[in-house]
Amino acid sequence: MIVLEKRPQPSKAWSYATPLVAVLATMVFGGLLFAILGKNPVEAIGTIFWEPLFGEFAFYYRPQLLVKGAPLVLIAIGLSLGFRAGIWNIGAEGQYIMGAIFGAGAGLAFYPMDAFFIFPIMVIAGAFGGWLWAMIPAFLKVRFGTNEILVSLMLVYVAEQFLASVSLGLLKNPEGFGFPGSRNLQSYESAHNAELIAGSGMHWGVVAAFIAVIFSYVLLNRHMLGFHIRLTGEAPRAAKFAGVNPARLILFCLGLSGALAGLAGMFEVSGPSGVVSIDFNVGYGFTAIIVAFLGRLHPVGILLAGGLMALTYIGGEIAQSQLGLPAAAIQVFQGMLLFFLLAFDLLTNYRIRAARSEVA
Amino acid sequence: MKFTTLLASAAMALGLATGAMAQDKTKVGFVYVGPVGDGGWTYEHNKGRLAVEEEFGDKVETVFVESVPEGPDAERVMTQMALEGADLIFTTSFGYMDPTINVAKKFPNVKFEHATGYKTADNVSVYSARFYEGRAVQGHIAGNMTKSNIIGYIGSYPIPEVIRGINSAYLHAKKVNPDVEFKIVWAYTWFDPAKEADAAKVLIEQGADVILQHTDSTAPQAAAQEAGNVVTFGQASDMSEYAPFPRVSSIIDDWAPYYIARTQAVMDGTWESVNTWDGIREGMVAIGEISDAVPADVKEEALALKAAMAAGEYHPFTGPINKQDGSAWLAEGEVADDGTLAGMNFYIKGLEGDIPQ
Repeated sequence: MIVLEKRPQPSKAWSYATPLVAVLATMVFGGLLFAILGKNPVEAIGTIFWEPLFGEFAFYYRPQLLVKGAPLVLIAIGLSLGFRAGIWNIGAEGQYIMGAIFGAGAGLAFYPMDAFFIFPIMVIAGAFGGWLWAMIPAFLKVRFGTNEILVSLMLVYVAEQFLASVSLGLLKNPEGFGFPGSRNLQSYESAHNAELIAGSGMHWGVVAAFIAVIFSYVLLNRHMLGFHIRLTGEAPRAAKFAGVNPARLILFCLGLSGALAGLAGMFEVSGPSGVVSIDFNVGYGFTAIIVAFLGRLHPVGILLAGGLMALTYIGGEIAQSQLGLPAAAIQVFQGMLLFFLLAFDLLTNYRIRAARSEVA
Repeated sequence: MKFTTLLASAAMALGLATGAMAQDKTKVGFVYVGPVGDGGWTYEHNKGRLAVEEEFGDKVETVFVESVPEGPDAERVMTQMALEGADLIFTTSFGYMDPTINVAKKFPNVKFEHATGYKTADNVSVYSARFYEGRAVQGHIAGNMTKSNIIGYIGSYPIPEVIRGINSAYLHAKKVNPDVEFKIVWAYTWFDPAKEADAAKVLIEQGADVILQHTDSTAPQAAAQEAGNVVTFGQASDMSEYAPFPRVSSIIDDWAPYYIARTQAVMDGTWESVNTWDGIREGMVAIGEISDAVPADVKEEALALKAAMAAGEYHPFTGPINKQDGSAWLAEGEVADDGTLAGMNFYIKGLEGDIPQ
């Protein structure tokens, strides 16, 4: 008989090891899945993980990893602060959308003027849009004690309706022959979040993601506020005695994660995407939740997890076109990652022991 | 832009290297917005791809990526195909327009074909089917079949292509049934079975006993089947698994001949940027079998309507037609021009509600 025994202390070693074990298990079981589908599992796994980094066209894929990973990291960093304090912002997708609408709207308001200050204004507007959207669940929670998980999640759908509305009306391209979608910001130089070094994939959103990682690391390890965040999550009663103001903490955590999600949306709409369209959001806000947990809510971990997630997306596309793997198989593969992470997480708090059987 | 030249030159260098190795095989890429098993839009494009493979055998190699979001992800998928030596790339959704143009700029030697868009370039063609011709037949049958006189319509996005379909269906339903009323729900998706099923249920609850859809899944068919007495039509694909009832007919997009012709053109080196808009006459739009659930006389009329369009004798938008606000659009006997149809952003007289703005 095998029994689970609760550890007196969560195992430090396992908390670091679980992400790695989860990735390995995903490779093994993902490979099995690919084999059942009639593909060579070694080749498939190799294509997903090797091809984007070291393959023939890595010169193109490596920068794309930054482009795909940056919004994930930026959003996940914001979410992780709240998650650590037990404040669950599930609606980053909505804040991402609002950031994009506010940012693009601010830029398009100046069209076709050329000026250096337009882009900075868009950055501020984008962060503000996300912050504003996150303030709704924050305010409702502080004032009326509503559940922020539900409110923030529901607001995603409201934001999606907003997005459809502005794509069809307020921000619609007047030269778009009646088709929905805004002007392309890529062709409006003052508002274009272009690559800083051509071909590097580095745009301002990537820079912002790196800054957010450093900022978050310093905050959590060197700042009183970071201590309060950790304390609230780990020992709420102790936090009360330490004089933490829960309302302020809720406003701060939700507001910051909203602002970062808004920034991510703004950098995406003004750069890689270019247009506000009905289908602008592709789930970064939700995937970032996986990234935050995969990275153990630790800034450096999130950076690595964001890279890994981006790798599975890009590698997955390559595997689709080169090996004919169905898209659904890639999605299952990504899902396995979270599943195994949560499963192996059990080992952080419990240990497996063989129960002694009584000999009669 | 430096990045463009850098990437283009790198790609050309690689293209030369790989091209020399695989000189004899033409590589054709397909970018799909839904899964190939959607049973509708993407399913038909994929049938076109398989037809290309069958036609040319080992002279071609086809690759595809499915469920690609419309945006930067699409741009990456297209770039990846071009880098890996594709000679011709079909991008099969409206939202791929700007990404297609962007990638085409970086790969001047690769030919691109964008479905349902309006931006062309030296190496970018656009192609679309005159679905509204099929809608005319559909409207005719729908107007005859409805008993509640309420026809539900699941719109995807309020773009000209979809609005054209609504207008055409309404016009022809109204001709055979002056009391008919359209209820339109916008799903804001091309493929989302859950949303489409919800939309169908809402329409059925509002009394609709015929459901028309401009979305790609079979979910509305399933919802109608559950309701029991609701008529549907296959969209983009035959969806014959729901025949003879609720699916009584269908509009089928047949891309295969076009895909084969364009691939041939690339092989022969005769490919040119064109703007193709074909209908029933050319065979790009087909009407799926009209089932026995439809009365024989209605079926006969519907087939006659189809035959008239195939012969070029009848245009679905023939005046007199007024716009929703009452202003005149087409005078008696006047036929709509392609320019107006391509950018259609108004309802015709009699339709209720506003096009979402």
